[in-house]
Amino acid sequence: MSTIDASNKPAARKTVASGSGRRAGDTIFSALSVGSGLIIFLALAAVAVFLSLQSREAIEGSRELTGSADAVSLLEYTGPLIFGTVFAAVLALLMAVPVAVGIALFISHYASRKLSTPLGYLIDLLAAVPSVVFGLWGGVWLVPRLEPLYLFLNKHLGFIPLFAGEPTAPMKNLASASVVLAVMILPIITAVSREVFLQTPRLQEEAALALGATRWEMIKSVVLPFGKSGVISASMLGLGRALGETMAVLMVMSPGFTYSLHIFEVGRHQSIAANIAAQSAESTGIDMSRLIFTGLVLFVITFVINAIARAIVSRGPKS
Amino acid sequence: MPQAITVEDLNIYYGDFLAVENVNVVIEPRSVTALIGPSGCGKSTFLRTLNRMHEVIPGARAEGTVEIEGQNIYAAGVDPVNVRRRVGMVFQKPNPFPTMSIRDNVLAGVKLNNKRISKSDADALVEKSLKGANLWNEVKDRLDKPGMGLSGGQQQRLCIARTIAVRPEVVLMDEPCSALDPISTLAIEDLIHEMKEEFTIVIVTHNMQQASRVSDRTGFFNIAGTGKPGKLIEIDDTEKMFTNPANKQTEDYISGRFG
Repeated sequence: MSTIDASNKPAARKTVASGSGRRAGDTIFSALSVGSGLIIFLALAAVAVFLSLQSREAIEGSRELTGSADAVSLLEYTGPLIFGTVFAAVLALLMAVPVAVGIALFISHYASRKLSTPLGYLIDLLAAVPSVVFGLWGGVWLVPRLEPLYLFLNKHLGFIPLFAGEPTAPMKNLASASVVLAVMILPIITAVSREVFLQTPRLQEEAALALGATRWEMIKSVVLPFGKSGVISASMLGLGRALGETMAVLMVMSPGFTYSLHIFEVGRHQSIAANIAAQSAESTGIDMSRLIFTGLVLFVITFVINAIARAIVSRGPKS
Repeated sequence: MPQAITVEDLNIYYGDFLAVENVNVVIEPRSVTALIGPSGCGKSTFLRTLNRMHEVIPGARAEGTVEIEGQNIYAAGVDPVNVRRRVGMVFQKPNPFPTMSIRDNVLAGVKLNNKRISKSDADALVEKSLKGANLWNEVKDRLDKPGMGLSGGQQQRLCIARTIAVRPEVVLMDEPCSALDPISTLAIEDLIHEMKEEFTIVIVTHNMQQASRVSDRTGFFNIAGTGKPGKLIEIDDTEKMFTNPANKQTEDYISGRFG
């Protein structure tokens, strides 16, 4: 103890001595970091202001129905887009989460270290694939291969509204878009879940094992309850990505503007992001303003989703 | 019926590192055996081989035989899960399941072993186990409250209740009082005295007074130096170990000359 005190004292004195005038380095560094923080905030605010201002024309003109090509109100225009966006993202989430949790558990609790490390890298690599590549792969390779499955489900489980309707080739429908989205959000959900599962206190795991739990029982009674909030927030992050994903949806789904539940039907759905990408080059005036309004809606949706995710993360695992 | 544990030629490894060498010992049924020795001498490692918890650590393994009720738990085809259902364990730090109520904590092991249990049977078992752990009077009015809401000493007794609820033959305790205050420690020690009527108990402790208070027999582990394997130096009746040990190392240790 005494040696620690002795070594601390000179350092403490030094700080006190220089306390009157702050060092230049400290001032510059703190100004730089505060500035960087502000830039993030300003950029976000600038986007929000831009979206709000530019969409005003559409909001105010929504009742007048100016002579644009498809004379529908703003609500009629935006509604199906919100529906399509959320529908595709939620379907993707439903497919991705169980698989991601399975992979994460495999990496954290089943695989040997020799296998789990490369597998982790591989998952991260999947996150690095550009979305346009996923779009190409989905549209060219995946869609024809999913066709038999769609036809099978449509024929035998057609009484379920989701699988009903009349699928037509090429199957560039909401189901295909969701599958591609699911693959794209798999890495983030897997990575976050894996981290949380690895943090499970060893003592808790051993408590379960010492009671005679099998590995699966241990995971069920200890790891999953501990990681629940982490998996939920990981899913929210994935959902946020799926909502905003543009290229893959654009390339895999042929657009339509309805509230159809039939995920195998082509030309029924469109997402906000893909719609903006497809239309913005040729839009001016009120059409452009309407696109920007849909962008504002997407911005708000993803913002809320992310905020929820953060709130769940900060609440943290129960300890 | 509690059974003797017979350990023969047991070598315990972490990967290629031999941590504990050549243990031969017979642990009597319905008795308390304390294991003492300096840090890192392998007494906890040895304890964890008695219910095959040692191998939970990647790369860890044990060679030799440990017979409980005439069955070698390291024989081929023996499922460690079944071994752990017969040999319960209490850990250094209290570790109740944080998401479960007091009641569910007690029933956790039973629900694993025997999925269906009627509510009246469950209630009876919870009461019996908590009484067996001297905790019933303190928690009977708040069984549905989280186990984490209890004090450290109560949590440890809850862990003991959880362990004895599955009716093991042997209960292993790995420094069960090292995270507890003296009052809670006394409560656990009293409990150990009562528990030996029904169970064979092996306890690792750093506290020699505790060993002399609770145990019938005491084993002394020692290590020749860093990187060398730990060894069981001597095991005998506790009274003899603390008054007239056969081995010079034991005498040095218990008289406080090292460790």
